[in-house]
Amino acid sequence: MSADTWRPYILTLVTFAPLLGGLLLILFPRRDRDIRIFALVISLLTFVLSLHLPVYFDRAQADFQYQVDRQWVSAPNIHYHMGVDGISLWLVVLTTFLTPLCVLISWKSIHGRVKEFFILLLILETALIGVFVSLDLFLFYFFWEATLIPMALLIGIFGHERKVYAAVKFFMYTMIGSVFMLAAILWLYAHTGSFDFVTIRERIASGAVLKFPAAAQWLFLGFFLAFAVKVPLFPFHTWLPDAHVEAPTAGSVLLAGVLLKMGTYGLLRFNLGLFPEQSRQNAWWVMTLALIGIIYGALVAMVQPNMKKLIAYSSVSHLGFVVLGIFSFTQAGLNGAMFVMLAHGVSTGALFMLAGILHERRHTYEISEFGGLASPVPVYAATYLVIVLASAGLPLLNGFIGEFLVLSGAFQDKAVYGILGATGIIWSAVYLLWMYQRVFYGKVTHAVNNSLSDLSGFEKVAIWPCAAAALVMGVAPILWLAAIDPAVQAALNPLVRVASRMVGP
Amino acid sequence: MISETALSQTMLATIVPAFSQSLPQAADYVRILPEIVLSVFGMIVMVLEPLLDEETGQKILGVIALLGTLAGLGATWLMAQSPGLAFWNMVQVDGFSIFFHVLVIAIAAVVILSSYEYMAVQRIRAGEYYALILFGVVGMALMSSAIELVLIFIALEISSISSYVLAGFRRNDAASAEASLKYFLLGSFATAFFLYGVALMFGATGSTNIARISQALQAGPIPLPAYVAVAFMFVGLGFKVAAAPFHVWTPDVYEGAPAPVVGFMSTAPKAAAFAVLLRVVFVIDVPGIFWIIWVAAALSMTLGNVSAMVQDNVKRLLAYSSIAHAGYLLVAFAAAPAIGTSAAMFYTAAYAATNLGAFAVVTHFANAGERYVTLEDYEGLGRSSPLLAATLTVFLLSLIGIPMTGGFFAKFYVFSAAVKANLIWLTVIGVLNSGIGAYYYLRIIVMMYMRESRKEVPVTPVPFALALALAACMAATLYLGLFPGGVLQYAQDSAQQLVGRARPNLPSSTPTSAIAGTP
Repeated sequence: MSADTWRPYILTLVTFAPLLGGLLLILFPRRDRDIRIFALVISLLTFVLSLHLPVYFDRAQADFQYQVDRQWVSAPNIHYHMGVDGISLWLVVLTTFLTPLCVLISWKSIHGRVKEFFILLLILETALIGVFVSLDLFLFYFFWEATLIPMALLIGIFGHERKVYAAVKFFMYTMIGSVFMLAAILWLYAHTGSFDFVTIRERIASGAVLKFPAAAQWLFLGFFLAFAVKVPLFPFHTWLPDAHVEAPTAGSVLLAGVLLKMGTYGLLRFNLGLFPEQSRQNAWWVMTLALIGIIYGALVAMVQPNMKKLIAYSSVSHLGFVVLGIFSFTQAGLNGAMFVMLAHGVSTGALFMLAGILHERRHTYEISEFGGLASPVPVYAATYLVIVLASAGLPLLNGFIGEFLVLSGAFQDKAVYGILGATGIIWSAVYLLWMYQRVFYGKVTHAVNNSLSDLSGFEKVAIWPCAAAALVMGVAPILWLAAIDPAVQAALNPLVRVASRMVGP
Repeated sequence: MISETALSQTMLATIVPAFSQSLPQAADYVRILPEIVLSVFGMIVMVLEPLLDEETGQKILGVIALLGTLAGLGATWLMAQSPGLAFWNMVQVDGFSIFFHVLVIAIAAVVILSSYEYMAVQRIRAGEYYALILFGVVGMALMSSAIELVLIFIALEISSISSYVLAGFRRNDAASAEASLKYFLLGSFATAFFLYGVALMFGATGSTNIARISQALQAGPIPLPAYVAVAFMFVGLGFKVAAAPFHVWTPDVYEGAPAPVVGFMSTAPKAAAFAVLLRVVFVIDVPGIFWIIWVAAALSMTLGNVSAMVQDNVKRLLAYSSIAHAGYLLVAFAAAPAIGTSAAMFYTAAYAATNLGAFAVVTHFANAGERYVTLEDYEGLGRSSPLLAATLTVFLLSLIGIPMTGGFFAKFYVFSAAVKANLIWLTVIGVLNSGIGAYYYLRIIVMMYMRESRKEVPVTPVPFALALALAACMAATLYLGLFPGGVLQYAQDSAQQLVGRARPNLPSSTPTSAIAGTP
């Protein structure tokens, strides 16, 4: 079969393969080993299938590809409309890349209710992919809400001491944030008669939507609130540290690696795509919040005694960069934002895995419980170093490229944004390296740490791909940016038009 | 000859329908066939009850009642073949009434299925239980097809009186007796309001026929008593659907009444009362009713959700949740007729499937004497009885309004209708409430999955009848969540009929684009 015959089906296949696997798992007998192997096979299969997307992706084209558009419900006019462009393409691959690693890292650490764990993980994967490939606003909301339940259950059932509190907090924050988006979507539907993203975008741009100018600011805010909670943008971030600290490792990896990107992806796709004028008008305070997030997140991360909380706050800081890049409305800024999303997914995902490994051995995340680990667990320490440096933005590793692009975009917009944002890089080096120093250098402070075992085979297989990806992304970013760039340019076009109109005569 | 027809028409226009003019035709009986069939089966149950011995009798009577509901569904199919008016314009068979016939009879079937085990466990031996359910359904079915206020009142009473008795069926339990008495006293009060409203409406317009009232009101300036009449009727119906501020009875009655009866009460009579309300609101269009509904909707959603948050008894929690859901439903009433009607119809169906399922699980879990109905009893259910817990979870997610369940589309349509009618504030209140509401449903899920059980709660295996009931509810919930198109299309068509017939002057372009949207 040639690639073309696959074209209309590949997205459906990639999206629902994990769900299908999860449903099959229900029928499995409770033999943990079989369940783990099956989950791994399914998630790897999904990853391989998803590689079809970048391989046959037409990089010259900015439009959505692999589209499928069928009527799902006739009234209301809901379509099963999926497609990817350079923006969503890599987020799908990021999701399918991280899931098998999550399966591997949970291989030994999940003991009770193994079946439920992997079923939830696979359902979550389907929902996450669905969010990125949906081009129908209804379908998008459908998947968006569908991510909530498996994630909340993963945290609530398999988490640590305060898991219930964290799960409910996570659920309520996101739920209440997203109902405003639902109201905005309903408004758009009522006034355009369509849920189709492309159609609505065209109608708004051509001025065919009545009453739009009066409602646009509210609609912008409706979408923005849902996404800002998810990102999480300061001051909506308070659910994040709780959720991360209590979540099982795989949950944290997907939460930081992919779930947070749902928010930034939404800002980029919907707020910028549908409301270019309002995005321009609101950019100043959104960027201010992003800057506060970058600096505040970093400062709070610095003083955390808990390693996982530190990584969680570093996410607040890094995601601030993404929002800063998006609302700079420059080619470089948007490219950078996209790249930070991917880089953060890989390196923070790996950081959470590494923290989880330590927790498995010592049952604590307290930094003060460790010290001088470099001698008992050298391989672990070396791997950790690579990931820390990637996260801190060392050149030749993935963090650098994205942050550099974002900052150059921010400078183009207003120098002060760039200057303040740039301090974030310094802060991130400070908190990450300081943490690294306290954990790994010096003498072994706690005798119990002398007998720590180094990375096991499973753990190596789970983390080294991330390290490798961090290196490749740092050396050859063009592999990713080639697809991102045209899509970003297309996303910017209406904004540029708006700007010329606003400045104009 | 001609003058005679003219005379008869004027007579029809006056108070008394001309009974002597013509005797009921066969078609008239076909148009109330489901009611007849259900009554006959109800009477069979009553007659057989003393003849059978207590132990085996229960099962047989239950099976007869179940057959009765199935026969009722068959009769509805026959009825659907001959739409039209019957019994001197008192009964109307149209898409709207067929929809509610199927709904209430199906609800009764599921309730009967989930009652078998309950009656055995609680050691309640009374065949009239099943007969009362069947008679109640007769009243509810009639409510949905009656287009004459007096007949509506009679149907309302038939359904109410059987619910009063059913609420007190755990005879030797004080809470149940309290529930029954409370329900009876307040309920009679409310129906009296309704009757007063009917009388006033008759005084204001000279008719009790809905269509004729609507004509009279459209013809000239609206007399003051008509406003009062509609408000009074709303009080009566608002009580039946447990809408705030007429909701205070709900938690106590739901807590005391037997669990399967609560499942029944919270769905079937509500659906029927909403059907009446739809006809009254959209056909008798009185300005001002909009604001009454607006306020009642906002109040019900907010009070229901906020109060539900602090409940520790699952039955009480679900009672408050049902108040909140009545609020969501009323949002649809505040929207424009055609869009709102179909959204409300879909909502009643989705809510019925979901809530019945939830109560079926609660029924099973409550055990003898309804001992296990607090939230703490649900701790660790996910481990001790995974399938039952998963089933309840699906129903709770549907009540929250999570995608892939009927509850999601139900809320979606309602809010969509509200936005379409430009009720932005009501929509915002609604969506915010549905966000807050997630909290207390989530509490139950948290109890089941994220806590270890601290005390020994026996979970008996699910018997076949209950499994069947649960499967039916589950199938309906998921079907409405994945393929809502069919039911919604039906609801839209019949809403169109209803509104188009009653108010032909309404611009026909608005309803077509209802929820459908321009292709």
